Amino acid sequence: MHKMRSLFAVPYALWLLLFVFAPVVLILGYSFMDINGHFTLANYQAFFSSSNYLLLTLNSFWYALLITASTLLLGYPAAYFLTRLKHRDFWLLLVILPTWISLLLKAYAFIGIFGIHGGVNQFLNLFGIPAKQILFTNFSFVFVSAYIELPFMIMPIYNSLVEIDQSLVFASYDLGANKRQTFTKVIWPLSLSGVNSGIQAIFIPSLSLFMLTRLIGGNRVITLGTAIEEHFLITQNWGMGATIGVVLIIVMLLVMSLTRERKGDGSR
Amino acid sequence: MKKLRALLLGIVLIIAVLGAGIWQLQRKSGMSGAKTVNIYNWGDYLDPALIKKFEKETGYKVNYDTFDSNEAMYTKIKQGGTAYDIAVPSDYMTQKMIKDHLVKKISHAKLKGLDNIGSAYLNLPFDPHNRYSVPYFWGTLGIIYNDKYYQESDVDHWAKLWDPKFAHQIMFIDGAREYLGVGLSTFGYSLNTTEHAKLLQATAKLKQLGPNIKAIAADEIKMYMADEEGRVAVEYSGEASEMMAENSHLHYVIPNEGTNVWFDNIVIPKSVQNKKGAYAFINFMLRPDNAAQNTRYIGYSTPNKRALKMLPSSVRNDRAFYPSKAQLRKMEVYEDLGAQKLQEYNDLYLELKMKR
Amino acid sequence: MKKSKFGTIYLIVIFIVLYLPIFYLLTFSFNAGATMNHFTGFSLVHFQELFSDTRLLIILLQTFLLAFLSALIATAVGVCGTLWISYSKKKLTKNALLAANNVLLVSPDVIIGASFLILFTVAGNLLQGFGLGFVTVLLSHVAFSVPIVVLMVLPQLKKMNESLVFAAQDLGANNWQALTHVILPYLTPGIIAGYFMAFTYSLDDFAVTFFVTGGGFTTLSVEIYSRARQGVSLEVNALSTLVFIFALILVAGYYLISKDDASAKSVRKKRGVSR
Repeated sequence: MHKMRSLFAVPYALWLLLFVFAPVVLILGYSFMDINGHFTLANYQAFFSSSNYLLLTLNSFWYALLITASTLLLGYPAAYFLTRLKHRDFWLLLVILPTWISLLLKAYAFIGIFGIHGGVNQFLNLFGIPAKQILFTNFSFVFVSAYIELPFMIMPIYNSLVEIDQSLVFASYDLGANKRQTFTKVIWPLSLSGVNSGIQAIFIPSLSLFMLTRLIGGNRVITLGTAIEEHFLITQNWGMGATIGVVLIIVMLLVMSLTRERKGDGSR
Repeated sequence: MKKLRALLLGIVLIIAVLGAGIWQLQRKSGMSGAKTVNIYNWGDYLDPALIKKFEKETGYKVNYDTFDSNEAMYTKIKQGGTAYDIAVPSDYMTQKMIKDHLVKKISHAKLKGLDNIGSAYLNLPFDPHNRYSVPYFWGTLGIIYNDKYYQESDVDHWAKLWDPKFAHQIMFIDGAREYLGVGLSTFGYSLNTTEHAKLLQATAKLKQLGPNIKAIAADEIKMYMADEEGRVAVEYSGEASEMMAENSHLHYVIPNEGTNVWFDNIVIPKSVQNKKGAYAFINFMLRPDNAAQNTRYIGYSTPNKRALKMLPSSVRNDRAFYPSKAQLRKMEVYEDLGAQKLQEYNDLYLELKMKR
Repeated sequence: MKKSKFGTIYLIVIFIVLYLPIFYLLTFSFNAGATMNHFTGFSLVHFQELFSDTRLLIILLQTFLLAFLSALIATAVGVCGTLWISYSKKKLTKNALLAANNVLLVSPDVIIGASFLILFTVAGNLLQGFGLGFVTVLLSHVAFSVPIVVLMVLPQLKKMNESLVFAAQDLGANNWQALTHVILPYLTPGIIAGYFMAFTYSLDDFAVTFFVTGGGFTTLSVEIYSRARQGVSLEVNALSTLVFIFALILVAGYYLISKDDASAKSVRKKRGVSR
């Protein structure tokens, strides 16, 4: 298997070298540069001494957490019920289909749906409930973000659920476990790997959301992604933008080690 | 494995079909062998019919690449890698590109029809004597209101935006220069102010505007205003004209204190490969009939005075989009303030955005 | 298999929510008016517009060609990577590889786009005739899709019993046979999931594509975003309708293939033949 292994390694290692290490080195380099291209530690100092940036970090964390938690809460049961359907592969594909339509267009659709004269408010009006401000609230921001990310949570969980050997489930019932026990003792632990994939695939990118914060959140919610985008494009202060990028990478490492630990506990 | 193989086969098949389709379409649109003119412009910011006309007249093939912000365009042109023959930056970006040697000088001898441009739109501070740029469209920053809720006298001054009756009603264009600029205008300061104390003063004033702001957004303000989600918006005249076309209750006002006047300009980037084609395109766009047609398509204000004459009087005499000379005198073009100052503007803006 | 009523209702609600905005968009593509604010009447005018807009049609085909191809390559690279990661015995190496894998997932698109742009311009200076265009976009899309493929395939591989591979080898299978007959079939659900995710990422991406494209090559996202200043016309909605229908056909096609596969399997089982 040795030769095979090195064969596999080639394309992936090439990818790692060119598209991961090279950009990381670049970002690291830029993070130690000021606007004029001289070496400086000022970016990090600015980041960690500015209440704005710390607040941004906290904000990003909080919303990424909210988004991930809501997609997990909504997505897990959906994935679970999907696996019980007759043509489950077909239905799973239907879950993924909406992701193929442009994000910008979907956001526009939500503007129409959530608007003060939009579909939801018109529907509420039927019951005599006065129009509510839905857009530009934390709720709408989290909702739309969760909407966008939901398929990315359902997919890995579904895959891990499908893989569960049904005989294990039957065995659990045969041994007298009820539905709940079977779920908590058999199904949930066996689907954890999918849950972890889902969390990683959503929490990490959610830290750097930027489009929706403006479109749906009206810039009430500001995340690290927004700040980076601003530094790279508007102020052209790539140093500061790169610094925030480095912080994000470190946060990612932390999240990964956290999800890994949990997995370790599960198997023990 | 069977499943994987079938999938692989299907995917390869689809790719082949798509490739053939692209080839077919490109052949149909023709002239793939001809020399190309690479235009870098905002999306949908040039009547496609004019592109066809230009291709037919000159025999060049046009490659129309698009960007969604001045800054993104700047980054790409600065980095190189692609050869654009024409780009369309806004005023302050034009200045920055000139400063950073990213654009080529335009030889006036090779231009035909520069005198079609009104004198008020030539020789502006971002490019004295138009050595590097030719104006494409122009406009102002102003206030859009919905007449169901407010009237013109409610919004004819920037300072009136602070009125409590606008509590949680104002939509604001997402930009540090614009946001701080409104604060600076209320004190009568220049939009290109660099003094730290004045900026702080404007920031302090803007902090009190916070409760009136409903959202800070960008292009989508058009939808929000047309949907009547927002009742008042601070926006560019170009966007305003799009909203007003959709909702007849909307009106555009230029506040009395004066405001920002902006220009989008045609420039020839340093990376130009088809210089002849670039000049042909500029001259083509300077022609009154073409400029008028483009204006009808885009709906922004044209700097081409001969083209303006060809437009209906309702357009020509609209003071909101073609303000009087007296109004114009009170307006300022954004100047490139340099990286340091821009950073300061943006830091203050971030602070204002976060602590609303 | 038992069906619970609650489950059915829950799924119906989820599907309604998932498809509400989509149908909103699709409905307006048939609007006689020009905007998404009011539906003024049924009309196919936006489809007519679309079909006479060769530029947009070319962009549409390019976008899908790119998505199909980049996802294919990314899946291949990703599966290789997954195998490599899982074969590394040292825990530290494994974790380091995984961390490196996820860097592109966490980096905001702007950073990825900007750093790839720098990378490609450096490459362009070294190599004659290497300019921004389809190839650079393809490479970038492959690059940012690889980690999600690894993330989808890895859990599957972890669960796979290594003794399966050893057993195959004991039975005289060479490495290639062990791979194609044991490992890959086992990984199939993960591989398909990874492919779809990569495909989706590719379709969705705006920022990275924007930075690394050039020479007339554009994708749908770039075109739509850059049209936002002028207002996205309903022509784009019409386009989305077509994409959606095309996707439905694809899904149905895929479903038919996999159903054939499944029924073939069950036939084999009934006959008592197992391979």
